[in-house]
Amino acid sequence: MSDTPLDEKMIFLEGDFEFVPREKGVHIDETFSNQSYWKDVSKRFFRNKGAVMGLISIAIIIIMAIIGPNLNAYTYDAQIITQQNLPPRIPVIEKLGIFDGSEKLYTSTGIIDQNKYISEDGSVTGLEDVYYWFGTDVLGRDIFTRTWVGTRISLYISLMAVLIDMVFGLSYGLISGYFGGKVDNAMQRFAEILNGIPNLVVVTLLIIVLKPGLLTITFSLMITGWIGMSRIARAQMLKLKQQEFVLASRTLGAKDFFIIFREILPNIFGQIITNTMFSIPTAIFTEAFLAFIGLGVPVPMASLGLLISDAFKSFTTHPYMIIPPVVVLAVLMLSFNMLADGLRDAFDPKMKEM
Amino acid sequence: MKKYLLKRILISIATLLIILVILFLRLEFMPGSPFNDEKLTTAQVELLNAKYGLDKPVLVRFGNYVKNMLTGDFGVSYTISKNTPISTLLMSRLPISVKIGGQAVLLGTFFGLILGIIAALKHNTIWDTLTTVISVIGVSLPSYVFALGLSYTLGFKFELFPLLYSSKLPFESSILPTISLSMFTLASIARFTRTEMIEVMGSDYIQLAESKGISGIHLIVRHQLRNALIPIITVLAPLIVGLMTGSLVIEKIFSIPGIGSLLVTAIQSNDYNVIIAIAFIYSAMYIGIMLLVDILYGVIDPRIRLAKEESHE
Repeated sequence: MSDTPLDEKMIFLEGDFEFVPREKGVHIDETFSNQSYWKDVSKRFFRNKGAVMGLISIAIIIIMAIIGPNLNAYTYDAQIITQQNLPPRIPVIEKLGIFDGSEKLYTSTGIIDQNKYISEDGSVTGLEDVYYWFGTDVLGRDIFTRTWVGTRISLYISLMAVLIDMVFGLSYGLISGYFGGKVDNAMQRFAEILNGIPNLVVVTLLIIVLKPGLLTITFSLMITGWIGMSRIARAQMLKLKQQEFVLASRTLGAKDFFIIFREILPNIFGQIITNTMFSIPTAIFTEAFLAFIGLGVPVPMASLGLLISDAFKSFTTHPYMIIPPVVVLAVLMLSFNMLADGLRDAFDPKMKEM
Repeated sequence: MKKYLLKRILISIATLLIILVILFLRLEFMPGSPFNDEKLTTAQVELLNAKYGLDKPVLVRFGNYVKNMLTGDFGVSYTISKNTPISTLLMSRLPISVKIGGQAVLLGTFFGLILGIIAALKHNTIWDTLTTVISVIGVSLPSYVFALGLSYTLGFKFELFPLLYSSKLPFESSILPTISLSMFTLASIARFTRTEMIEVMGSDYIQLAESKGISGIHLIVRHQLRNALIPIITVLAPLIVGLMTGSLVIEKIFSIPGIGSLLVTAIQSNDYNVIIAIAFIYSAMYIGIMLLVDILYGVIDPRIRLAKEESHE
């Protein structure tokens, strides 16, 4: 190229150039460092305050569920008949006038202020050195311990929901979408029929056959919990299986199994994680709801729903009993929802504006 | 379209049949028989079996069972109120449940729409954030949390509303249950309306309408909301499920004599016939509404129908 006439004609002189000051707003190309997909996702995720708050709350609740029941000397099922209906009392904080073991009783004759731990006339109650951080229930069981034992149940249910989604729903959807044709048709009709049965009915029918308990709840999640996930997995599979990289892989001799789980699965991971997160609050809610109508875990086990249902019976006289399980349940549900929202926005920023 | 409709109807019927088969099989495989009195001779048992049609082949008995269920003959209650036909029990309770459910849907839809519209119009402002917070809370918290909170504050502390449902004050005592039941509807509708409105507001035909000088409430209601609301049918299914499960708990908390509380009592006292009757009614209702929703899809917006057909093939 060097000997073309054009090149010879172009001679730049010093006067052809002038310095342009920065302030004039010259467009300078910015170079962005290359960011990997996951780095990008985590950056977007951690910018979302709600989602990070949800993540932290879930972490705290998980830690408390693990260590909480061992933090004091009481067990979740020990009934101390002499220490029934005791309001919350926490050392140190009691000096501030809150959580000092006193409660207001609304009776037909008026409001009575009473403290069962320390009697006013100086007589010995035997409870001067007893502390129940969240109080005790009608059978004299420590609500603090019971709340965290109950949280374990909710967390177990969440884990089950994730497993069922991941193992069952995912494979079902991927296989149905990948093979298409008659297989797909049969599998989809089956899922559609199952989906037509309301969850409530599935659970009540299971209860007739099985005894109420954790196993029954797990079964009912297994029967209907996976359908939502299978639909998403199938829709993604239909979208992706026509693409070139799948064709390339097949040309290179990849088998069906390899294509489904090694080629396509990594590409739809975002949607799958998001959807799993959304199914957790639903599962937790199912357990709490079943416990509330009397189909939860058998006594003396505790679950959040069961605690709420028990405390509800006396919640106008002793409102402190119902507050811990309701707050933990509410925070757990809210946190998982916010986490799921945050993950969805992080994986698919296009969705955010919608 | 016809093929699609036919397929949907067939699926619905199949679902209902499968539920009936499961219910029937449960009856078949339960141990014992209605006549396991030791004093009865074999001949007498055979006579009784013949009288009640129990000697017929399984298929004939299943046919009878289906006929009974579909005509509303669910048998009698065992424990809740002995020997009362379940249809009588249901008829006295259904209106109350329907009334409170209906009120909740109306209330939730109305305020949900308003919240959603405000959030969309004031997109990315404090109003938008506030609505999002409300709707996230509404979707994530179970309805009994609202019910307990409301009945403790408004009902117990301030004594504004009765704590329990009473037939003497049917309206006042249904306010708290209605509000608690409507929260889920309100939150879902608000969320949905916001999303759809924002999408519609950016579309070409709204720009055209604006450039023709249409503005204000006319633009919002006639041009934006109308188009935004077409796909609202998609949220109907989760709403119905939410109402069903919600009603169980809410009716228990406020001791409303409705279908939901009847089911709870039946489960707790093992009244199988009542459980089965209500389970069947819930399924039939759910399947019917789903079918209706799918048919409406096709009628209202052909684009949705085509998309749905594609995803089904």
